Amino acid sequence: MPWHRRHLITLEELSLDEIEQVHATAVAFKRTLKRTVKKVPALRGKTIVNLFLEPSTRTRMAFEMAAKRLSADVIGFDAANSSTTKGETLRDTAQNIQALQADMIVLRHSAAGSPLYLSRILNIPVINAGDGAHEHPSQGLLDTFTMKEHLGSLRGRKVVILGDILFSRVARSNIHALTKMGANVTLVGPSTLVPHWFTHLGVKVSHDLKSALADAEVVMLLRIQHERQAAGLFPSLSEYTSMFGLNKTRASWLNPKAIIMHPGPINRGVEIDSELADGARSVILEQVTNGIAVRMAVLYLCAGGQPENVTPVE
Amino acid sequence: MSSLWIRNARVIDPAARRDDAGDIFIENGKFVPTLSTAARKRARQIDARGLVACPGLVDVHVHFREPGQTHKESIATGSRAAAAGGFTTVVCMPNTTPVADNAGTIQYMKDVITRDAVVKVFPTGCITVGMKGQALAPIGSLKRAGVVAITDDGDCVQSNDLMRRAVEYAKMFELPVMDHCQDQSMTQGAVMNEGVMSTRLGLRGWPNAAEDLIVARNVILSEYTGAHIHLQHISSRFSVDVIRRAKARKARITAEATPHHIALTDDALGTYDTNFKMNPPLRTEEDRRSLIEGLRDGTIDIIATDHAPHNESEKDREFDFAPNGILGLETALAVTLEILVRQNKFKLPKVIDLMTRRPAKLINLAAGTLAPGAAADVCLFDPDETWKYDAKSGESKSSNSPWHGKTLTGRVKTTIVNGRVVFDGRRIVV
Repeated sequence: MPWHRRHLITLEELSLDEIEQVHATAVAFKRTLKRTVKKVPALRGKTIVNLFLEPSTRTRMAFEMAAKRLSADVIGFDAANSSTTKGETLRDTAQNIQALQADMIVLRHSAAGSPLYLSRILNIPVINAGDGAHEHPSQGLLDTFTMKEHLGSLRGRKVVILGDILFSRVARSNIHALTKMGANVTLVGPSTLVPHWFTHLGVKVSHDLKSALADAEVVMLLRIQHERQAAGLFPSLSEYTSMFGLNKTRASWLNPKAIIMHPGPINRGVEIDSELADGARSVILEQVTNGIAVRMAVLYLCAGGQPENVTPVE
Repeated sequence: MSSLWIRNARVIDPAARRDDAGDIFIENGKFVPTLSTAARKRARQIDARGLVACPGLVDVHVHFREPGQTHKESIATGSRAAAAGGFTTVVCMPNTTPVADNAGTIQYMKDVITRDAVVKVFPTGCITVGMKGQALAPIGSLKRAGVVAITDDGDCVQSNDLMRRAVEYAKMFELPVMDHCQDQSMTQGAVMNEGVMSTRLGLRGWPNAAEDLIVARNVILSEYTGAHIHLQHISSRFSVDVIRRAKARKARITAEATPHHIALTDDALGTYDTNFKMNPPLRTEEDRRSLIEGLRDGTIDIIATDHAPHNESEKDREFDFAPNGILGLETALAVTLEILVRQNKFKLPKVIDLMTRRPAKLINLAAGTLAPGAAADVCLFDPDETWKYDAKSGESKSSNSPWHGKTLTGRVKTTIVNGRVVFDGRRIVV
């Protein structure tokens, strides 16, 4: 099946075939990142607007890097200095960007559902770079891409996602991708941050770290935010660390070949010990690098490219 | 003397347990047992063959936004929407700008009602000053100014002690206290029902427990003080159970359900359509079924719309930022007939009762009857006519309806207020 999507809004709506197409395209682009001249001309003459209405470092830089590697022009949009602070609506902001002849919008927004909303208004592709606690599809694609690099097929593999699942768009996108790819997913964390509703998404929910980590081949940690404690969702960061923080002892419960992942930004000493974050099993920085290749694939495909046409210029 | 003769209708008058084929006679704005031969010759005749004639519908829960938010709705346009929906008596919530927490604002509303309204519109007053939940509003003065109930609708009184004093005080005037049951500490930032769908959509959840707690609180306070508390737009199955048990003990509790809560569930939110965003939120299929059973066995007393207009630029936003509320008046009858009569086999007179006699009785209004001598308020509708609802061409100033563009069955053909036709099935005619 050829790639037909113009927008990337969720992984929930993507088929397994589409996820694999993105991964295959990313494999080709990843090769180009190793060369001295890292640019390919795929999106030459196109302009991509990074409409980031919520703070972001990694995702924004990775999307910008990806667009530039594809030879697109990139315009960044700083929420703090924009007309949104003067009360302009999202609709008007986006329509202005379209009227400026942008070819694609990459949207980061605090409100779940806003990329879908924009995709229904605009004629140009909308790429979701994270919408509230809903989805972060490019992150889910790069995480599963990274897992595949280490484990091969994910079918039947035990993947644990540990931390603040309730408010995590990263968790949701990974859940959708991983369940489609056949992985056995277990969510772990305090019961207030990992509600039982998630079982309806085809995953297990556990509050017992030891049994959850036992023989897992992937553990993905999520950032624990201080503001959740302020909202009364758990007693303290130190209690969290003592109950659910990943340390050397707990990491020994994992499968010996297990990889440790984190979408960043990490809280050293809270959800993960520094020793593990920097250790041999950690693939945290590989995730960042893969984020460029996967986002190149996403931008390229949604701009109308086809997986088989990726022909790196030597 | 003006006379009106409605001929060959299926006449349903729950107050008189009447359901038969026949005529309705009106003289000088009141129902009469019959008209003289001479009067029949002069009378305006309405051929109601194939139509149901029932008392004008009564809605104890609407937002007409006047004063202060007339870009959304006004007493004029809201009352026209009511007439188009077959409603002849409606009760306005006090969350206007300024809020209706003093006799002066009530008097202002009454002046506008006299000037602009095409149906009977009654105001409610606030329970607390500024609807802030901190100090009692001048409830006696509000009563004297003409409110039919008090409520802080939308801003549930959080203090149990203040609510106790409010209902105790209002009881002195036999004034119902209407409560929007919501423990706000549990619903910070919430925009939809908490459950599987909110988990999927990444939206902040409004747990039904936040409603159940206040419903239970109100039952306890009603039984403790003997005051009448009316529970607005019940949405949760646990609340239905709490109310059912309270009623078995003869507590002075009444409750309403909206057409949208008996027709829709949070499954409808998959596309983040803000025309499905309201407070309390749409809940699950189990909750929806419980509401219907509550209406069937009398646990829930009435249907009320919570007609809540917002204009398009306010609703056309990110889901988190759009205001709560949807239109109700122009679709209520069709939706209620669909859910209760066609899908759940309620008898038509029972449904009419839920929308006429019972709500009128709940706020002590002389409405909801076709009895001789009563004000001649009538709704004529075709229970089988299908029509496409276009919210944008409706009578309301706003168009925020989940039924926009949908085909509905059951259509209001004529609305009569005090013996005058105010809606003829196509347009407002006053």
